[in-house]
Amino acid sequence: MAIIYIENKPYQAPEGKNLLNACLSLGFNIPYFCWHPALGSVGACRQCAVKKYRDESDTRGQIVMSCMEQVAGGLRISIDDPEVREFRASIIEWLMANHPHDCPVCDEGGECHLQDMTVMAGHAYRRYRFKKRTYANQELGPFINHEMNRCIQCYRCVRFYRDYAGGRDLEVFSAHDHVYFGRHDHGTLESEFSGNLAEVCPTGVFTDKTLKKHYTRKWDLQSAASVCVHCGLGCNTLVAERYGSVRRILSRYNGAVNGYFLCDRGRFGYEFLSSAKRIRRAAKRNSASGAMEPADKKIILRSIKEIIAGGRVIGIGSPRASVESNFALRRLVGPDNFYSGMSAAEEELTALSIRIMKSGCASFPSLRETEKADAVFVLGEDVTNTAPMLALALRQSVKNRAAASLKKNRIPEWDNGSLCVIKDEEPGPLFVASLLPTRLDDAATRIFRGSPTQIARLGQAVAHAVNENLPAVSGLEQAVAKLAEEIARELTEASAPLVVSGAGCLSGPVMEAAANIAAALAAVNPRAGLFLALPESNSFGLGLLSGKPLDQAFQRAEKGEVRAAIILENDLYRRSEKKRVDRFREQCRHVIVLDFIDTATAAKAEIILPTAPFAEADGTLVNNEGRGQRFYRVMDPEEDCRPGWRMLAEIMEYAGIGDAGQWTTIDDIIAGLCAEEPELQGMREIAPPAEFRIYGQRVPRQPHRYSGRTAMKAHEDIHEHKPALDFDSPLTFSMEGFRSGPPPSLIPFYWSAGWNSVHALNKFQAEIGGPLRGGDPGIRMVGSSHKNFEYFKPAPVTPTPGGREYLLVPYFRIFGSEELSVLSPSIAGRIPGNLLLMNESDAKRIGAGNGSLVRVAVADAGASLAVKIDPGIPEGVAGYPAGMPGVEFMNLPAWGAITEGG
Amino acid sequence: MFSILRSMFLVFIHLFRKKVTLQYPEEKPVLPARWRGRIILTRDPDGGERCVACYLCAAACPVDCIALQAAESADGRRYPEFFRINFSRCIFCGYCEEACPTYAIQLIPDFEMSEYDRRNLVYEKEHLLVDGEGKYKGFNFYKVAGLAITGKGKGEGENEEPPVDVKSLLP
Ligand code: SF4
Ligand code: SF4
Ligand code: SF4
Ligand code: SF4
Ligand code: FES
Repeated sequence: MAIIYIENKPYQAPEGKNLLNACLSLGFNIPYFCWHPALGSVGACRQCAVKKYRDESDTRGQIVMSCMEQVAGGLRISIDDPEVREFRASIIEWLMANHPHDCPVCDEGGECHLQDMTVMAGHAYRRYRFKKRTYANQELGPFINHEMNRCIQCYRCVRFYRDYAGGRDLEVFSAHDHVYFGRHDHGTLESEFSGNLAEVCPTGVFTDKTLKKHYTRKWDLQSAASVCVHCGLGCNTLVAERYGSVRRILSRYNGAVNGYFLCDRGRFGYEFLSSAKRIRRAAKRNSASGAMEPADKKIILRSIKEIIAGGRVIGIGSPRASVESNFALRRLVGPDNFYSGMSAAEEELTALSIRIMKSGCASFPSLRETEKADAVFVLGEDVTNTAPMLALALRQSVKNRAAASLKKNRIPEWDNGSLCVIKDEEPGPLFVASLLPTRLDDAATRIFRGSPTQIARLGQAVAHAVNENLPAVSGLEQAVAKLAEEIARELTEASAPLVVSGAGCLSGPVMEAAANIAAALAAVNPRAGLFLALPESNSFGLGLLSGKPLDQAFQRAEKGEVRAAIILENDLYRRSEKKRVDRFREQCRHVIVLDFIDTATAAKAEIILPTAPFAEADGTLVNNEGRGQRFYRVMDPEEDCRPGWRMLAEIMEYAGIGDAGQWTTIDDIIAGLCAEEPELQGMREIAPPAEFRIYGQRVPRQPHRYSGRTAMKAHEDIHEHKPALDFDSPLTFSMEGFRSGPPPSLIPFYWSAGWNSVHALNKFQAEIGGPLRGGDPGIRMVGSSHKNFEYFKPAPVTPTPGGREYLLVPYFRIFGSEELSVLSPSIAGRIPGNLLLMNESDAKRIGAGNGSLVRVAVADAGASLAVKIDPGIPEGVAGYPAGMPGVEFMNLPAWGAITEGG
Repeated sequence: MFSILRSMFLVFIHLFRKKVTLQYPEEKPVLPARWRGRIILTRDPDGGERCVACYLCAAACPVDCIALQAAESADGRRYPEFFRINFSRCIFCGYCEEACPTYAIQLIPDFEMSEYDRRNLVYEKEHLLVDGEGKYKGFNFYKVAGLAITGKGKGEGENEEPPVDVKSLLP
């Protein structure tokens, strides 16, 4: 810490930080545009000027850009000096000279950084009387709207899109006062992180196109803190509602998880909430006609009671249901009858990753910490498509080598201009070993392509090269052995090496090899990290509840031991072969499905009870790093919908099971869970209990300017209703309550006086870019205080079958492979189609070309797909579009036959 | 005693003053144009809906009695899908009119809106939207805004250069 003087008063500021960041962290207001905490400084907009003085006796001072100034002891500056104020006012006046008269029709209005900074810099009247410059717009696809007239040339968009996110198709064109930010031509933005442009751009040039479909101003949105349900990383989100429907998702800053950003699946997947596939009414199958008919919930509860009384009931949970809901189901059917609902492979890999984490074999960095790694080895995971935000983090890690060399030359790390000049000359090591080409290949130092067995073998060879005592891998090709040496060398030399793996190639040996490497590195370098991605939002949490895999439920049904099955928020057809699920359905007399979307499983149920999706429910999700995070409902569930756990508690109460009658709030369930699972005590600490109050007040979900309160429902009923009550959280569905500084896990939106845009976040952080004031929300549920790791033995090599067999491996797509987001119209527009990826010579061999239909068959399943020839795919391997809409489940990786013709 | 007599005298001489009371409803009062009565939504000189559904009036309203939903038509114009004012709550403060950037919402000198049933005081867009410009003539928001709509492309607004040719490097 250094002492700096602002207006002659001493303040503490971190040495070496940039001055703008330090001043904002101290609570001063300085207008800025081109600087962004995650993007660093380039000093382009000249808006953040302050006056710097040589020493006490200096009265004239000089104007400097605070974002380009380093904090050093004794630095003297003035923010309020009249000359520098005038300077800032004239800068904003220039920036506004061509700005259109658009605020009323601009989606940024009311949460616009440009509006805020214009007011802050004191520019009120337009003096420029000449013609305004205009631009033509581009059509940029289903996510982002383009309105180029509003640009102030701060360059943040291209700096985020290209330098930060590694995108290629957004560029700055033309010259002088004509610069244009867009694509070379109309067309969909390719980056998986394009949605962040809406938050990064300080003006209304790039805005959320899905919000535009039902546009609402920030002040009218009722919001709540939530957690993304579309992958296992658990990025934090802010969900916003108006008139009973969710309007948009924003990134909720979490200094340990997603930081400032979100991927497009997480940002735009929310539209599934209003999809036609939503279930909102309880229904029962008419035994005579066989049709599903809406029925009164009471009647349904009575039938369920009878079914439960009949005995032999099992429960099937789900990795997309909250911990509370899964636990409630386990309590309802009893631990012996509780099945996790994951496929055997998923279950095994989840358990394995929990076991590895508990063993404490290495450090387990948070998602945000992976940005700081300086050598990365990815085994078997196409991170961009399975854990998108991890890809964004890894793209930052490759810049660390350049950052280190800047440091050597005494250039600060936040000097983004310098960093970008050298980042491509000295890229950090990133090794990608994968089944198929990945979206991260362009950033990789070396790429290895092989089957899961080959990847595991490479991994074991790297582990051996790091620690000679580990078994060597015999019969390795020379090139692979050399690659292993190189990877091992880079990882050992790095100060924070990172090994990344996960369930992405559905192979245990790959994950084991990754753990071995990380453990071998950690033995000599405590900063060596391991990051294991898991497929779904609550895979980890479900793994902690020790259910049994789905296959065992099927086996039990086979033996005739299952009369009824209660399936919670799970489409079994996505977890097992169609044949087997069909057979299971036949063997069960009764199938009760609790879900919020109409799945293939729900279509065959006898009884359907609608549960509430994340926006209408409270609950806890545990992400891949074991971080338990609470999500809050943004509105009360409609019609018959109830959070899964509440619905199950109602069933238990009706059927008179256990003490469930006393389960009225989520806190009761968590207390019940902690009593049964002492390991999960952390659940209590994740979020404040429902009774939590600040000065006797709740935390409002509505901003202070929320409008229309007395008119929204006046057409239905002239009497104003009391706002809905919330017994599960300290939040309230109202604009009244305590709004300055709620605990971080409760923050429903960012807003601060003079800061209406997303940058109001500055006022909620202890230090800008660092943790939130009060600590980042979420609690890691699995500790690794002591080491009890035993190196995994390399798996034996399975012989490859002869004949015309291909190794079918799954591939996942950010837009397409996830069950819920594909129901969102904007995402549906980006699904690539169900294609079988093949090598050209393989395709020729079976007489297929691009687009021709082939038949794929493995042990228990088969499918007809169109072929896409991809030169990056190894011979003898074919990529199967796992989990995409309309694609049948196959237990992969597996050997199978591919024949021409559908 | 004196003050009582004085008051009676003052009241008495008022009998000879000019009458200000009107025999309403037979006689209608003449109100100034700025009088704040019933609220209307107006149209621009071309007959297009003026309201662009910016929500500013709703935000300005101290009793929160305006609710609307923005939408966009095929020609690029923004408009309110519904627009509701609950006049049983309105205090006729005129803040909505002051906030409106397009002169769409206006208070007019009409106060005859009493109802026996409160529910009839909920006005929807069809009750609010009139066919004229109201008090403010001649203003057309889209002419001064940068947004393109059918019939007014980029650079065709007031005081605008034609769109930049991004392929040109000429000064
Ligand atoms: S489009 Fe937005 S982010 Fe990009 S330069 Fe213009 S104002 Fe800045
Ligand atoms: S990376 Fe995963 S958790 Fe994060 S926003 Fe995307 S889908 Fe959601
Ligand atoms: S006149 Fe005042 S109270 Fe009435 S709608 Fe307008 S702002 Fe609201
Ligand atoms: S302020 Fe004017 S333009 Fe905006 S919503 Fe209200 S009436 Fe419409
Ligand atoms: S923020 Fe400092 S110059 Fe732009």
